[in-house]
Amino acid sequence: MTKITSLADLKNIKASVEAKMSLRERSETPDSMVQIRVAMATCGIASGAKIVMDYLINELDKRSIPAIVSQTGCMGYCYAEPTIEVTRPGHQPLVFGYVDSKKADQIIEKYIKNGELLDGIIPVNYENIEGK
Amino acid sequence: MKDLALHILDILQNSVTAGSTLVELSIDEIPAQDKYVLRFVDDGKGMDAKMVKQVTDPFFTTRTTRKVGLGLPLLKQNAERTGGSMTIQSQPGRGTKVEVEFSFKHIDRLPTGNIAGTLALTVSSYPEIDFIYTHSTPEGTFVFDTIEIKEKLESIPINDIEVIKFMKDLIHDNIEAIKST
Repeated sequence: MTKITSLADLKNIKASVEAKMSLRERSETPDSMVQIRVAMATCGIASGAKIVMDYLINELDKRSIPAIVSQTGCMGYCYAEPTIEVTRPGHQPLVFGYVDSKKADQIIEKYIKNGELLDGIIPVNYENIEGK
Repeated sequence: MKDLALHILDILQNSVTAGSTLVELSIDEIPAQDKYVLRFVDDGKGMDAKMVKQVTDPFFTTRTTRKVGLGLPLLKQNAERTGGSMTIQSQPGRGTKVEVEFSFKHIDRLPTGNIAGTLALTVSSYPEIDFIYTHSTPEGTFVFDTIEIKEKLESIPINDIEVIKFMKDLIHDNIEAIKST
């Protein structure tokens, strides 16, 4: 029988995370990190936002980019789902539409790493999603 | 929605938006009675009787960004398509309970999908909310409780990538182990 992950395995994970955390000394405050919000209401989920979010979490970790990826509601751009809002430290948030894994890869490589703009930006007229 | 996990991801958001502190999700697979039951219980702000009636109307939503709200209507449709049903009980200030019953054997019942991924994403997105997930099949019961996990993690954030991966494996392996045949 294959091994089943159990709560006892959490100890190892905890130790490994603790080691990693002391290594970078938690110098990263949320303000100094890239923040990505994935629109995840019915429209987003139905268009594949979950795949995009999984992809972003894994790839940002693999490429060692400190970032916070979180879920948010619908921004009203249902036609362009999946949409994501990317905030680089010190910059205005940008909303990208029609994001799939391929597009997400371009966003990481071009916009997040170098600040290059890409196709598919939805012009914004709000401060942030909650504030409208 | 392609599977139930995506529906769950969607409906859990309702509880989050309602300001819940504890959200319980349970899945009961009862093939002997031809039932597959999803249950969401939260302690959010709840709804009055009028709103309970309105929520399954596709043209009702509390959002201001758009005019339609399809989360619950789509789930209801999928349940009814298998001969099942959806019931909603709610009290303002107390919370909401949504119960969705599917026919277990009906060909139109959506596949369960990646529940582990759904829960790991939701739990890590809302570290301040606790989630309890119970999955029962004739083979056994698995309970996933974030209160327990947070206790063990102590100061480590629950949305650390390694913890997210761990939660996915934990849920996936344990559900597989009790999968009804």
